[in-house]
Amino acid sequence: MKHIISVLVENKFGTLSRVAAMFSARGFNLESISIGETEDTEISRMTIVTRGDDQIISQVLKQLNRLVDTIKVTDLTKQPHVERELLLMTLKLSRATQHEIFGLTNVFKGKVVDIKQKSITIEVIGSPDKINTTIDIFRPYGIRELARSGAVAIHRGES
Amino acid sequence: MHAPGQKLNGSEIFFECLRRENVEYIFGYPGGALLKVYETLYDVRDIRHILVRHEQGATHMAEGYARATGKPGVVLVTSGPGATNTVTGITNAYMDSSPLVVFTGQVPSSLIGNDAFQEADIVGITRPITKHNFLVKDVRELASTIRKAFYLATNGRPGPVLVDMPKDVLNAECAFEWPESVDIRGFKPTLKCHQNQVEKAAHRIAKAKKPLFYIGGGVISSEATEELRRLATEQNIPVTMTLQGLGAFPGDHPLSMGMLGMHGTYWANQAVNNCDVLIAVGARFDDRVTGKTDTFATQAYIIHNDIDPTNVDKNIKVDLPVVGDAKHFLASLFKEMPKQVEDRSAWLSEIRKWQEECPLTYTVENDSLKTEFVIDEVSKQTNGNAVVTTDVGQHQMWTTQYYRFRKPRSIITSGGLGTMGYGLPAAIGAAFGVTDRPVVLFCGDGGFMMNVQELVTAVHYKVPVKIFLINNSFLGMVRQWQELFHQEKYSFTDLGDSNPDFVKVAEAFGCRAMRAENPEEARRAITDALAWNEGPVLVDFRVIKKDMVFPMVPAGGSISDMLLTRLNPKTMV
Repeated sequence: MKHIISVLVENKFGTLSRVAAMFSARGFNLESISIGETEDTEISRMTIVTRGDDQIISQVLKQLNRLVDTIKVTDLTKQPHVERELLLMTLKLSRATQHEIFGLTNVFKGKVVDIKQKSITIEVIGSPDKINTTIDIFRPYGIRELARSGAVAIHRGES
Repeated sequence: MHAPGQKLNGSEIFFECLRRENVEYIFGYPGGALLKVYETLYDVRDIRHILVRHEQGATHMAEGYARATGKPGVVLVTSGPGATNTVTGITNAYMDSSPLVVFTGQVPSSLIGNDAFQEADIVGITRPITKHNFLVKDVRELASTIRKAFYLATNGRPGPVLVDMPKDVLNAECAFEWPESVDIRGFKPTLKCHQNQVEKAAHRIAKAKKPLFYIGGGVISSEATEELRRLATEQNIPVTMTLQGLGAFPGDHPLSMGMLGMHGTYWANQAVNNCDVLIAVGARFDDRVTGKTDTFATQAYIIHNDIDPTNVDKNIKVDLPVVGDAKHFLASLFKEMPKQVEDRSAWLSEIRKWQEECPLTYTVENDSLKTEFVIDEVSKQTNGNAVVTTDVGQHQMWTTQYYRFRKPRSIITSGGLGTMGYGLPAAIGAAFGVTDRPVVLFCGDGGFMMNVQELVTAVHYKVPVKIFLINNSFLGMVRQWQELFHQEKYSFTDLGDSNPDFVKVAEAFGCRAMRAENPEEARRAITDALAWNEGPVLVDFRVIKKDMVFPMVPAGGSISDMLLTRLNPKTMV
């Protein structure tokens, strides 16, 4: 099963490497990992997407906790949370396709961020599932390049 | 000692910190990146620096010292090759949870990343084999980093910590500040066990008809052996131990089952197979203990106490996890246990029956020598009171079977990593730490050559280690597997034609040496070696080649696959 894990870590060099190395050394699956500073510049938040059965996920969480540079580990999967990913994608553009591309970009609530004679770059934000769908739908138009940020996620606030 | 606030350079701060951590010994080797440190060391009188002959030797010595004393072992090596030579020793300490603080010199900060002379990214290299590691980028962070390194190495589950110190940091000056306390927000080990879990454990154990303690090295590192003895004897619960756990419970006590696992005793393994409650304390269900996991202790309700939560449910799914320090667990459990003890005589006599069915035995012949005899004889002559270090292989397993460990911190051996070459330096390190008990090394002829250079260190510092070389001119354990499982193809394990004359080798190093080829000579050589304390002494025991360690559970097999003898390997009752 897919799990999304949020990890607060010390904002120091080498922390990302410690986490990534732990995943490979222990043979855990690492689907995506993203990291950025939080409101406290000494602390970064990592969002990790991984897969495994309960036994493996329990080991993943414990091994993450064991790293000295991790401050807090939360498995968001079964808790209310918001999960988003950013997609940047450059597509081939022609007179024949441009209207359809504009239309579909709107359907996915995306934005056009760059346009040239023969190419167009769009941005789409959404859950990783939505991003997967977006890519599938646009594929027939010819994808030149794409970049995904990997998921970032956060707890939903208290009511 | 310098006063706080005084302006010092990095090297002076380094020694000032070591003083405050009560370091007695540094095991080290100088080099370019450490010149400033060795300049300062020249006038240091209160910390003893032991000059090794290879950095790997330094790490094993520091670990031997740490395991013998319970104090962290300290290593000091230069950058590049000096640092990379510590990798095996650090990994060994990591696998066996030994507290080590390894200081490495590093090229100047401005050159890091430039492929400078003797540069190696040792922090990157050792990330997966240390509990934690640090690169000190500013002299003002040196003292607090060293403080944290010792704290991390010795608190919670012990382990190695590495501190990388660039040359410019060691030269730079700042006001010396010693942090009185340490607070690392990402490191808060659980020491106290949850009372609910302890009560549940007590309830289960009280009702158990066939309980069994499975004790690991954690009981020794948390100094919980008295708590264990009190609980096991009051409750009449037999005790089996892992390789690192030997000595946690007196080996000559009737409740002691000896070691379990691949080369464990028949009765310990049968007890594991038949117990109804298994109480694992400070042990991690290693594959050499469990064999095939889905046939391990299938009748038992398994209680697992460990200080490291990652050990719980890692290899075996347990019924009751109790995270916390072993000493706290055993002491709290003792309080919770009813004083009305369940009658366990049927269980104990069942075990005694297994013991009689398949005891540990060997035969003695007048004109040839067996390892079992040598170890048994050393056990008798030292009355189980020695600090015993071993290398890795057959002699190591026979040591667990025939040396009767009576006290904790008595076996110093490479368990998790199985590092050949560990024994000699570990014995030297142990002998620096322990001076009121004899320090004995059992070492094969293969492993001895892997760190033979440290014989110089032993001779130079007149370290009275008793080097009992178990010389069968073979890589014995590999040979055993070749005979049993690989069609007797003794591929590259016969050292007979290439081994040197070990007596002459030792003498060339300035070490006293003798040879024994039969039981009578062996007995006399052991007596002589144990009585002589002017420096190291080596006895070259020429033991028979074809001996094998039994019982044996083949790798990945069940306890019911246990081989009892060479003649009928499939015999099983």
